[in-house]
Amino acid sequence: MIDENVMAKVEALAGLRLSPEERERLRADLERILAYFQKLQEVPTEGVPPFSPLPEVRNVLRPDEPGPSLSQEEALQNAPEKEDGFFSVPPLFSR
Amino acid sequence: MTLTEVRAGLAAHELTREEVIAALWERIAACEPTVHAFLSLADPDRLIADGEPLSGLPLSGLPIAIKDNICARDLPTTCGSRMLQRFRSPYEATAVARLRSAGAQVQGKTNLDEFAMGSSTEHSAFGPTRNPHDPSRVPGGSSGGSAAAVAAGEALAALGSDTGGSVRQPAALCGVVGLRPTYGLVSRYGLVAFASSLDTIGPIAGCVRDAALVLSLVAGHDPLDSTSLPVPPHDYTADLRPDLRGVRIGVPKEYVPRELGPEALALVERWREVAEELGAKVMDITLPTTEYALPTYYLIASAEAAANLARYDGVRYTLREEGDRVGAMIARTRAVGFGPEVKRRIALGTFALSAGYYDQYYGKAQRVRTLIARDFAGAFAEVDLILGPTSPTPAFRFGEKEDPIAMYLADVFTLPSALAGLPAISIPGGTVGGLPFGLQLIGPRLSEERVLSAALAFEEALN
Repeated sequence: MIDENVMAKVEALAGLRLSPEERERLRADLERILAYFQKLQEVPTEGVPPFSPLPEVRNVLRPDEPGPSLSQEEALQNAPEKEDGFFSVPPLFSR
Repeated sequence: MTLTEVRAGLAAHELTREEVIAALWERIAACEPTVHAFLSLADPDRLIADGEPLSGLPLSGLPIAIKDNICARDLPTTCGSRMLQRFRSPYEATAVARLRSAGAQVQGKTNLDEFAMGSSTEHSAFGPTRNPHDPSRVPGGSSGGSAAAVAAGEALAALGSDTGGSVRQPAALCGVVGLRPTYGLVSRYGLVAFASSLDTIGPIAGCVRDAALVLSLVAGHDPLDSTSLPVPPHDYTADLRPDLRGVRIGVPKEYVPRELGPEALALVERWREVAEELGAKVMDITLPTTEYALPTYYLIASAEAAANLARYDGVRYTLREEGDRVGAMIARTRAVGFGPEVKRRIALGTFALSAGYYDQYYGKAQRVRTLIARDFAGAFAEVDLILGPTSPTPAFRFGEKEDPIAMYLADVFTLPSALAGLPAISIPGGTVGGLPFGLQLIGPRLSEERVLSAALAFEEALN
């Protein structure tokens, strides 16, 4: 069920880069876990809504007023690379 | 010594804060080389000096241990992950800020399975925690460090987090008290997100009264968490009474399968007798969706984790592995930063959310979750509380559950109530094979007072 193509898609979507050994182990794990999880399919759920963890809490908004926030320095304190007060990343595309 | 005893001792001037802190650090020196409950520790001299002006407050400058996925300003917040090894939070979790305003100090940050994903603390990138009752065994997880620190006498009380059982199961395996509050009762602001619809912060303590005290100091609405319930802060110790008279207690047959073994089954029998002696009405009930909780939980929690952990992209959170393009940089950073269990859950969650599989897996799990919550609602029309074991086994040995499904089954009795967002407590319920075995009580939403009072009654009767 979980073949190399599915693994390649999952890796791309999840931003994961796996070694060939890791990929095979994870593929086998996923296949076994999902086979075990198939038992969910035996539960009839027609007309059952998805769960809502907080039925009484709706559309939580706050007044649109400025409040305390992090300074630029604090917001950048964990950045592995920064430049002129910005987060810095490698190029997105080749020139 | 319990937190309650220490507070009484301080109030009566029979103890000083210096003596308490010195005694805790003696235990730390004696136990940490084996137990490894802490990932970082405050300086005790500093705690003694800084505690002085806090003496009039409820916690009088006493140190409280904090699970290392809850942000505190003066120590790192690693989540037990290489990804966050050097991370320092620029802000503090509401639960920690509230403990501080009640006069507590942060004692140290406790070990956990990486990003709270696990049931043994074996998945910490910084080495496992060992069970103080038997160092060849796990303390449970993921809040294994918090539970082991309290069990070893290294901490008076601790905060943990419970997504699917991560406060209650380690409390059970270490022989201490752990409470998962109603979802939304304690602010998640500053708790590093794992599965947002399930994550809760809860106390781990040496006795029920201590757990009630810590809950009182952290619970209540927080405008910084949009999923925080509109409930005011409340003193959960005020009406705490060891009273079970007239309380209807249901024991689900799904929570006492034959496979528990004769010793554990005999303990459950003893709990029923104790409850009846104390005036409770004990009845057999059924929660037929119990067997579906495990796949439901792992699909939902992994899907939410895959989304939440997308933020670790090599840009904002300290770790970066070089790459000539941003995509390569992100993939390399995540390959190096995450351990195997985190990768497994991200892969499972990504798959469950992906086009073509969403309805079959994630969508299905969200509907079954509704049925699990309805099962509990039906049960609570007939009973006031649900009683059963916290975990199917006492502490297991390191490496014993290498198969991920076997490990996931360690949470089989804590997952259903987590999915339904209900409060539940684990207290020491006796021993199985000479090791602590947890008694779990589950109540309806926001029934913390009822759960705590019943737990106190069991605690007094079983000790």
